[in-house]
Amino acid sequence: MIIAQSISIKKIWKILETVCDPEVPVLTITDLGIVRDVKIVDDFVEVVITPTYTGCPAMDMIAMNIRFALIENGYSNVKITSVLSPAWTTDWMTETGKQKLKEYGIAPPKGNAESIAFDGVECPQCHSINTKLISEFGSTACKALYKCEDCKEPFDYFKCY
Amino acid sequence: MQSNTQQQIPNSKFLIPYCLHLADTTLILSHRNSEWCGHGPILEQDIALTNIALDLLGQARNFYQYAAMLMGVEFDEDKLAYLREPNEFKNHLIAEHPNSDWAVTILRQFYFSCYQYYFYSELKNSNDEQLAAIATKALKEVTYHLRWSTEWVVRLGDGTEESNTKMQNAVEFLKDYVIEFFVMSDYETELLKDAVSIDVKAIQGKWQQKVNDVFEEATLNFVPSPNSRFGGKDGEHSEHLVSLLEEMQSLQRTYPNSVW
Ligand SMILES: [Zn+2]
Repeated sequence: MIIAQSISIKKIWKILETVCDPEVPVLTITDLGIVRDVKIVDDFVEVVITPTYTGCPAMDMIAMNIRFALIENGYSNVKITSVLSPAWTTDWMTETGKQKLKEYGIAPPKGNAESIAFDGVECPQCHSINTKLISEFGSTACKALYKCEDCKEPFDYFKCY
Repeated sequence: MQSNTQQQIPNSKFLIPYCLHLADTTLILSHRNSEWCGHGPILEQDIALTNIALDLLGQARNFYQYAAMLMGVEFDEDKLAYLREPNEFKNHLIAEHPNSDWAVTILRQFYFSCYQYYFYSELKNSNDEQLAAIATKALKEVTYHLRWSTEWVVRLGDGTEESNTKMQNAVEFLKDYVIEFFVMSDYETELLKDAVSIDVKAIQGKWQQKVNDVFEEATLNFVPSPNSRFGGKDGEHSEHLVSLLEEMQSLQRTYPNSVW
């Protein structure tokens, strides 16, 4: 029974690895590190998630997409719980996630969450660090807007949080 | 179920107004900032202020959800935000004040972010786990708000003669509204006994020091107020809140329970 349960939990994590973030669709919710736990309670699947940013408008959509993905795979009794603590941090973003961000054209968070680094952000196009901060707030609250002084391309930087 | 929850939290009598105070202040300032959407002086700053508005709205939602949970099943965050009367709102008066010009908006955001920074730095150690969790998360965002608004106060204060004049006028314009940050309401005093709330009087010194440091760099002079305004935290508001709510609540009041 316990073995069967751990197999299904693994399966559920595999399904969650296919659910994308609506705002940065190149990242999955597991790349972001927002899935905190998966439990099977009786015939229920409980997925525990934590919001990235307090005001992130994508959280409701993420919860809905998790539900749909699980239903499609035959898990119809789904409960999604949102917890605030411990607070999400960009330190939980996986290395794969950071690599995907870079390939997508967004500079990944630099250093750790304690340091609000704005200097030496690497251009995702030409890898120059001769870059300039244009605005601390970009198209969404999680990003800042930069310009590369070498290739002259503007780009987004995923801020440390 | 709900009554059990209330029994477990003996001070919900004071915790509810405290949550509403924290929610109302962030909601009302979020609304004021969102009025700049599409009107900012340059696109990047329009976006920055709108992002700050969104962060504040997120904080408000967390506090309203918590208040609603304490109040019982017939309440939810939307009812608390959209169906309460002006005299039930407990926001700081500075939040409801009309935006006036960009200088006033920037200075208010700086004062407020500075206050929130020290406030949440204390509240994250609250004995109430949910308040501590909300504060810990919000503090990360407020750190960015404080950086952004500080830079603007310095840029405009230490800018041209005209921008300096406008900033100094803003200091004058907002002077009656800062002391309210540091006056304890009855519900805060009660909750402080159990280390659920924080002592806002105790953060005034840090706030003033930060403001003085930034003003020195910005070549601005802080002006103390001889007649500070109070009462917002206990529901006494200006007519500005009435007109703000009229607009903000119009949809829910016209079509109750409507959903997107
Ligand atoms: Zn480049």
